[in-house]
Amino acid sequence: MSTLTTQKDASTTPPISLTSRRGWWHRTRDGAFRGAVTGSVLVGLAVLVALIVQSLVEGWPKLDWSLITSFPSSFPEKAGIQSAIFGTFWMVGIVLVVAIPIGVGAAVYMEQFADTEAWFNRFIDVIIQNLAAVPSIVYGILGLAFLARGFLNLGPVVLTAGLTLSFLVLPVVIIASREALRAVPSSILDGALALGATRWQGVSRQVLPAAIPGIATGSILAVSRAIGEAAPLLLLGALQFITFNPTGLNSSFTALPIQIFNWVSRPNVEFHVAAAAAIIVLLCITLLMNAVAIWLRNRFQQTW
Amino acid sequence: MAVVATERPASRPLEGLEAGSRRYREKIIVGSLFLCAALSIVLTVGIVLALLIPSLEFFGEISPVEFFTGTEWAPLFKNSKFGVLPLLGGTLVVTLIAAAICLPLGLLAAIYLSEYAARRTRSFVKPTLEILAGIPTVVYGFFALTFITPLLRDNWLFGTPPGVFNALSAGLVMGIMILPTVASISEDAMYAVPQSLRAGAAALGATKYEISTRVVVPAGLSGIIAAFVLGISRAVGETMIVLIAAGGMPNLTFNPVEAMQTMTAFIGAAGLGDQATGSIGYKTIFAVGISLFVMTLIMNIISIRLVRKYREVYD
Repeated sequence: MSTLTTQKDASTTPPISLTSRRGWWHRTRDGAFRGAVTGSVLVGLAVLVALIVQSLVEGWPKLDWSLITSFPSSFPEKAGIQSAIFGTFWMVGIVLVVAIPIGVGAAVYMEQFADTEAWFNRFIDVIIQNLAAVPSIVYGILGLAFLARGFLNLGPVVLTAGLTLSFLVLPVVIIASREALRAVPSSILDGALALGATRWQGVSRQVLPAAIPGIATGSILAVSRAIGEAAPLLLLGALQFITFNPTGLNSSFTALPIQIFNWVSRPNVEFHVAAAAAIIVLLCITLLMNAVAIWLRNRFQQTW
Repeated sequence: MAVVATERPASRPLEGLEAGSRRYREKIIVGSLFLCAALSIVLTVGIVLALLIPSLEFFGEISPVEFFTGTEWAPLFKNSKFGVLPLLGGTLVVTLIAAAICLPLGLLAAIYLSEYAARRTRSFVKPTLEILAGIPTVVYGFFALTFITPLLRDNWLFGTPPGVFNALSAGLVMGIMILPTVASISEDAMYAVPQSLRAGAAALGATKYEISTRVVVPAGLSGIIAAFVLGISRAVGETMIVLIAAGGMPNLTFNPVEAMQTMTAFIGAAGLGDQATGSIGYKTIFAVGISLFVMTLIMNIISIRLVRKYREVYD
């Protein structure tokens, strides 16, 4: 564009005052707009930096091994996040076992077996997109009504929370896996079919392996979302004073974001230091997972 | 399912039994894959039922007129009041603040990524912005409470400074949180605008500003509006930031420096209180929840439709 405007200016000799003023106005407006669009990105990046620096500065004094090895305590200097970390691990385990296989299975069906024109499958398509946008606390209500109480009446235990989070991230897994599967050209499957493979053989041995990097990226982001999610767990009775690690699916539990919320919402500001330290741990986990996901996407992104 | 059978090419001539068992096995596999997909319907029905049944019981005890027009919200107190307007007002105020941040900034950031950024800059800036969307909301809440609120309180220029808990700081931080969502969907829409339209405008002497604002943005408008609607829906449904930074007092006011409670924050706070199953306190969670769900559902459906529209135009 810059070349275009300079050419226009150069060609008008002698410059008519009107056009040259118009040129000045255009250049100023263009410059201002360029500043605005760049500035908006910089605002986002600045907040990201401020957020990380603020957590580091506040939490640094408490960031040591005892934070990770200790259990919650009513004394801020002794308080730790061991039970919270283990609780989070248990929930991640459930999400891995429940949400990822079901999500990938659903995506394979939608992309490889379903007739995309049939009204029923279009309906499922809209349903999944909508589920992805349902507020997370509504999933908490679902878990409260059917899992923690009501039908299953499991109580405030690891399994309830893990299943609720699995439901929450399921649409994320499905949508990401569908995109990964869609990116594999149909000629791959056609080739397998031409060689006499059944459709399932072609899908499971050719299409699915080719889509693994994309599916892995989506799954990591989904797990990272589950790790950071606190709102639905509030409704499931996660906010308790838990000084032991979960021993099974039926254990009461706490989780990292819930522990942070607990400390942030205390009036005693010393607990804010503990919260900031726990935030550093949580950010390390989620940002690392995001980085791995982005790396995977770039490293194995195939153009067919 | 029948489609699958017809689409599958004639299989190799195998021994009858083997071919039969393979076909049978394959049907089971495809059937279970279908069940995975159908689980999304079960979940949706589950959410609707989970919200609807206790809500109906709630509205059997509390008249909907009182619920939707009452200006006092104190459901868990002895002298209980069930007017949801203070919660709706709180949600509205926080959402407006967040929208005032994330809509313009998100759109401008999308224009930057789609029209201005060099390829190398873009490949670095875009994932970095996406990190903002991956940060847990409880961290944003902490940031709002311990960084933005003190910043506002220390540098306040107009009248009474914000309280320790205030809607403004929660809304501002929420706006930044939603920025990447708005930017990413808007950019998708702008990316779908054919290059020939830009080239045509440039050939007519349009500057980059004019191409961006008069060609690319109008051409991608349905996608951009979809991004806006989804962004607002995210703001309405966000819980942790408001719960931490906006305070827990229902407060029917439009003064953003005051503490207020949103619908989501009430649900979270009530959930923390461990209401006895079947009590009126328990049922209010669902009554507020269904109001929240219906609001976000309408916005989500509008957004999904708009996205589909622009995909149909240019794909």
